Amino acid sequence: MRYSGLRVIKEALTGHKGWQPAWRDPEPQAAYDIVIIGGGGHGLATAYYLAKEFGQKRIAVLEKGWIGGGNVGRNTTIIRSNYLLDGNEPFYEFSLKLWEGLEQDFNYNAMISQRGILNLIHSDAQRDAFTRRGNAMILNGADAEMLSTEQIKARYPFLNTDDARFPIKGGLAQHRGGTVRHDAVAWGYARGADSHGVDIIQNCEVTGFRIANGKCTGVETTRGFIGAGKVGCAVAGSSSRLMSHAGMRLPMESHVLQAFVSEGLKPVLPGVITFGAGHFYCSQSDKGGLVFGGDIDGYNSYAQRGNLPVVEDVCEGGMAIFPSFGRARLLRMWGGIMDMSMDGSPIIDRTETEGLYFNGGWCYGGFKATPASGYCFAHLLAKDAPHPTATAYRFDRFEKGRMIDEKGMGNQPNLH
Amino acid sequence: MIINHPLLGPRDSAEFTYLGDARLIDRPDWQSQTAARDFYEYGYLRENPAGWHEELWFHEAGDRSWLVVTRNTVTHEISKVEMARDVARKRGRST
Repeated sequence: MRYSGLRVIKEALTGHKGWQPAWRDPEPQAAYDIVIIGGGGHGLATAYYLAKEFGQKRIAVLEKGWIGGGNVGRNTTIIRSNYLLDGNEPFYEFSLKLWEGLEQDFNYNAMISQRGILNLIHSDAQRDAFTRRGNAMILNGADAEMLSTEQIKARYPFLNTDDARFPIKGGLAQHRGGTVRHDAVAWGYARGADSHGVDIIQNCEVTGFRIANGKCTGVETTRGFIGAGKVGCAVAGSSSRLMSHAGMRLPMESHVLQAFVSEGLKPVLPGVITFGAGHFYCSQSDKGGLVFGGDIDGYNSYAQRGNLPVVEDVCEGGMAIFPSFGRARLLRMWGGIMDMSMDGSPIIDRTETEGLYFNGGWCYGGFKATPASGYCFAHLLAKDAPHPTATAYRFDRFEKGRMIDEKGMGNQPNLH
Repeated sequence: MIINHPLLGPRDSAEFTYLGDARLIDRPDWQSQTAARDFYEYGYLRENPAGWHEELWFHEAGDRSWLVVTRNTVTHEISKVEMARDVARKRGRST
C-alpha cells in the first residue's frame, strides 16, 4: 500500500479501516540467499537496498529483539557530512544525498528537516581547522560556509557574541545538515524492504555461525538453524560479542554514550548547534524537546545506561553556550552502546571467513551514515566489491597503517 | 562508580582516567620473528567482553598510580582492584 495525502483523506473518511500492518511477521525459512543480522537502521537499510537496487532475492533480516530497538532508536537524530578526511567525506556526502531523496524513495515520512548545522569557533586555531575542513567538504561536493560573528549574531541572536566565557569567533555551517525522525528511518526501511519481499524476523537471536572449511553456511539462532549463501553482520554495539562466535577479535571497544531530551518548549533553537570549547551539541525536536549530548562515558560498557559525571560534564557545556536552557527541565536521558573503533571510523568489509561480511565500528556517528552504510554494505554483499565511497573502510587498515583518524587520537577508542 | 583504591580506599571514578584492557601490560617482544603481527594485535585488537574485564585506570586526580580494576561491563560491579605495578611484577613485566 502506497502512502499519500489522498490516502490519508480517504482513510479519514472511511474510519481508518483500510490501513495494513507496515510489514509482515513471517516465520523463518530454512535458508536464504542473504541473511542480515541486526534489524536496526543499518541492517534494514542493507536489506532494502539489496532488494531494491541490487536485485537480490530471498533475503532475511534477523533481529534479537524488535526492529529499531537499538541505536537507531537511541541517538540524537542529526544528519551532516562535515568530515575532513578523504576516506570519510565522500561516503558521508553520499549518505546526505541519499537522505535528501529518502522519503520519496521509500515512500515514508521520516520528517527529514535540513535545518542546518553550525559548528561554533572559539579560537584562531579552531578557525584554521574548520576552514580546512570546510574546504575539504567543498572539494568532495558537500556544502560548507564559514560564518562571521556578525552573521551568527544575525541568525542566532540568542547566542552570546559579546562577552561569553568562550567567545564566539565564527562558525562552520553546513546548511544541508539537519535532523530526522529517527524511529521512522527504521520503520521506513523495514516497510520498504518488506514490500520488496525481505523477511524481517524479530525475536530471533543469532547464537553462532555454522562455518565449515573456512566458509559460512548459515547461522544458529534461537529459532533454529537458518542456512545462508552470504551472512552480513550489522549489529554495532554488539559487534565484538557477535563476531567472537566466528573466532574474531575486532579493533574496537564497546562504550556507552548518553543522550538527553528536555521538556517540550516553544521553538527556541533553529538548526543544530555544536559548542566548540567543550563537547556539547543540541537541536530542538519537532515536539519541542531540546535534544542534546556530549562525550561518551569513557570506559568499556555494555550497560545501556550511563553515569552521572558525564551528565554533569554535558550540562556544564550546555550552560556555557546556552545559559537560558538552564531553566528547562530534563525529561529523559538514555544510553546506547557504541562500537568505538581504534581510529574512530567504521568498517564495511569481508572477513577471513568466506561468505561472512561485516558492517560496524560506527562509534557515535552511525545514525547519519544509515543510508550510505546500507547502500555500501548491500553493494559489497551483492557484488563482492566495495562501493567506491567505502573503499577505505577495511579491516586491514590498522595493520597496514592506513587509519582514518579524524581526530588524530591514535588507538585509544574512548578519545575518538 | 566507586573504585576501592588499595592504598587510598574508596574513591570516585571521576578522579581516574581510563586506558583500557589490562593486557596492555603484556607488551610483545620487539625482537620476536612475529613482532609486526604481535604489535598489531597488541595495539589494535581487543576481546571487548560483555562481563568481567580487567582494565587499567590511572588515578590522575589522586596519587597518580595505575590500577588494574576487575569490573563487570554489564553491571559496572567491581570485584577486585590491584596496583598495576604489583600485577606487572607478577607477570615479570616490571622490577
